[in-house]
Amino acid sequence: MKKIFLIPILNVFTSLACLSQTDIDGIMMEKNGFCVGPMFGLGSWKNYWEGTLKRENLNIGTVTTKVFSVMGNYGINNKLNVLFSLPYVLTKASAGQLNGQEGLQDLSLWIKWKAYGKKVASGRLSLFALGGYGFPASDYTGDFLPMSIGLESKNLSLRGMADYQRGSWFGTISGTYVVRSNITLDRDAYYTTQMHYSDEVDMPDAASFNIRAGYRNKGLIAEAVFDHWNTLGGFNITRNNMPFPSNEMDMSRIGFNFKYDMPFHPPLSLTGNVMTTISGRNVGQATGFNAGIFYVFDFTKKKKTASEDSKK
Amino acid sequence: MYLILLRKRKPLLKIQKNNKMKKIFIPVILFAVLINSCSKDITEHNLEFPALQPASLDINAGTWKPILLTGPTEFAVPAPGATNTPDYIAQVNEIKTWQVDLSNEEKRIVEYWSAGAVLRWNEIMRELVAKHNLPPYQNPDGTYPAPNANNPLAYPQFPFANPPYASRAYAYVAAAQYDALVAAWHYKKLYNRAAPYTVDATVNALIPKSDLPSYPSEDAVVAGVASEMMKLLFPGDQDFIQQKIEEHKKARLIAGANVRSDLDAGEALGKAVAQKFVTRARGDRAGTAGGSLAIQSQMEQDCIARGEIPWISQENPKRPGMLMLFGKVRTWLFDSLTMVTTIRPPAPPSTSSQKFKDELEEVYSYSTSLTPEGRAIAHYWADGISTPTPPGHWNQIAAEDFVTQNFSEVRWARNMALLNMSMMDAAIVCWDAKYFYFNPRPPHMDNRIKTVTGLPNFPSYPSGHSTFSGAAATILAHINPSKATKYTDMAKEASLSRMYASIHYRSDCDKGLESGIKIGEHAKTRARTDGAE
Repeated sequence: MKKIFLIPILNVFTSLACLSQTDIDGIMMEKNGFCVGPMFGLGSWKNYWEGTLKRENLNIGTVTTKVFSVMGNYGINNKLNVLFSLPYVLTKASAGQLNGQEGLQDLSLWIKWKAYGKKVASGRLSLFALGGYGFPASDYTGDFLPMSIGLESKNLSLRGMADYQRGSWFGTISGTYVVRSNITLDRDAYYTTQMHYSDEVDMPDAASFNIRAGYRNKGLIAEAVFDHWNTLGGFNITRNNMPFPSNEMDMSRIGFNFKYDMPFHPPLSLTGNVMTTISGRNVGQATGFNAGIFYVFDFTKKKKTASEDSKK
Repeated sequence: MYLILLRKRKPLLKIQKNNKMKKIFIPVILFAVLINSCSKDITEHNLEFPALQPASLDINAGTWKPILLTGPTEFAVPAPGATNTPDYIAQVNEIKTWQVDLSNEEKRIVEYWSAGAVLRWNEIMRELVAKHNLPPYQNPDGTYPAPNANNPLAYPQFPFANPPYASRAYAYVAAAQYDALVAAWHYKKLYNRAAPYTVDATVNALIPKSDLPSYPSEDAVVAGVASEMMKLLFPGDQDFIQQKIEEHKKARLIAGANVRSDLDAGEALGKAVAQKFVTRARGDRAGTAGGSLAIQSQMEQDCIARGEIPWISQENPKRPGMLMLFGKVRTWLFDSLTMVTTIRPPAPPSTSSQKFKDELEEVYSYSTSLTPEGRAIAHYWADGISTPTPPGHWNQIAAEDFVTQNFSEVRWARNMALLNMSMMDAAIVCWDAKYFYFNPRPPHMDNRIKTVTGLPNFPSYPSGHSTFSGAAATILAHINPSKATKYTDMAKEASLSRMYASIHYRSDCDKGLESGIKIGEHAKTRARTDGAE
């Protein structure tokens, strides 16, 4: 049984929608399989980068983000999956007076296509193409950083991914380009590095790179992850200013993930990950974890042969 | 972009032809269309303002009542050369040389500055205020450094353009521009030298033609005022300001609207008049408005002696209250006795009264259950750090109205001066009352209260936004009565936004609005008698 492994990555200044809730592994859901489940995430940061200057803010303290999300992956067939995720996000600052925000963040939809799979050497090489679209699922505001639950832009993500598995060991590498829509503020003028008389903000596009490797076998995945997010434009937070959605937010993170299928009932699995930020720019130095429980339903029509169902 | 994405997707569509596939891909393509239908280019509203075409030349504006000048001839402007002299012809030829081959950049600056000199310099001011509206970061020992006007580029840069500072900057520049333009109009009428495009038909007018005499240039007057005033107000931005001045003058030359001697005379007049305002500014007590911890401590003790709970800084480390002596700064529209006896709002509800508790509870209710609309209103009017401040916001509102009114430059300046003198006086009245009453903020009195905008670091009563907005809406309604209701509604919304943000009580907002309206009435009194109506 092959399952999804969605990894929400928490709390940049917000939990960056386009980084979270994406399917970024080399595993496909089988035809008519539907894997769904809740996830809980908790992340926080005390230090952040104001431009390149690392600092703390005694009037904010530690910003904590909680994420309750529902995620799912449906196998249209063995080579084509659709995925979704919908997180409910809560933010809170431990010091100062800024009000925490909460609400539904961005609904993300992905299509994952396994374009190529072939034996290479004594392992198996697979190539994937993914397209994702995320958009705010509620009327939250991105213009209240660092308390905002998201950045408000609609994001179109295009990802190429390669996965190589040999025995129980594997490595996956992927690159993503994220086209981000302009966002609309609740005000009609704002200052970036100059004054703008508009309620619209040009959100620079972004690119990310992800590499993961580890053990992957029936019933257990354990992997180390390196992830780099780079905003292709934007500006630095000026001295003692607040962050702004179109800041140049960059970060590199490392983490560890696992997924474990319950031996007594393999459709049921547990997932978890920890992630920490090792360098960044205009983002919080967040560390967090996620945990989820997933269940795979099989929607293969019963009149078909049972052979597919028995596949593990 | 949209087409490229579709093309990329076509191979995907061919892989399988079952219906499920199509059902999936259609939304994706729709999304691609959605995201690409919003162009990334931002429409900047201020760049769409049309070229200024005054409905009236206000040719007699030289008789309007100036603010500081003793009269329009206090600073002499020499008579210009005749338009048939070789010197003038040479100046016209300079224009023609420019016009032979204009770059796109040159066309852009002509278009940009054609919207109006007072308008554009007001925008530049707002930009500089936003740039400098950042509170200094603390020292390692927990104290705060003060910006130093004599070393403006060292951190913390000078100025910290907070709302009172900004109100003063806008007011001085607007008032000086007005006085300088009154003088300019006097000399325009006196010397009556036509614009180059009128004198010489082969000079192209790249902006709408006007019968207003072009000597001295009103644009250069405005730029000259800015040149002098900004040395005082934004001493660290001289490169930027000088570049704007040169661009402005060049735009007028290229447009065929002024010869160089129009510009030189205008700039000299603007600088001379501005000197008078600089002198006033140096003596208006703003320089000592920062106060001291000893003064703040005395205010605190006075408040305790009255039986009230005093304001304290909620910042960590505790920051001295913002411009605690700004209430002592010299006003424009009334004297300090009038301010204290008739405009200063009455005492706020006692911190031990039931009314205070009720108002505190009301703020708490906004803190816990603010609607998205309430939040949007709070953010629309927040005008916090890194913005042009509430007075800047009202300048934007006024400017967007004025561009539809076809005012002459001198009337633009007059109206901006009335608006901004009102708002500086509002800052003085408000800050006087804030530190006189020293009333605590809601999150101090109830630590469950959280805010949706930064908590300002000065006492609560009355609300600055409300005082600014009451004053601004009152004078703007007088200038454009057709929008009176709209301005009143905007002021009320701006006022209430501070309760929605959970940083002010209802009394702060109501009484701030009331004293603001009183200030606006003083501006109206001046407006009725300055000769412009």
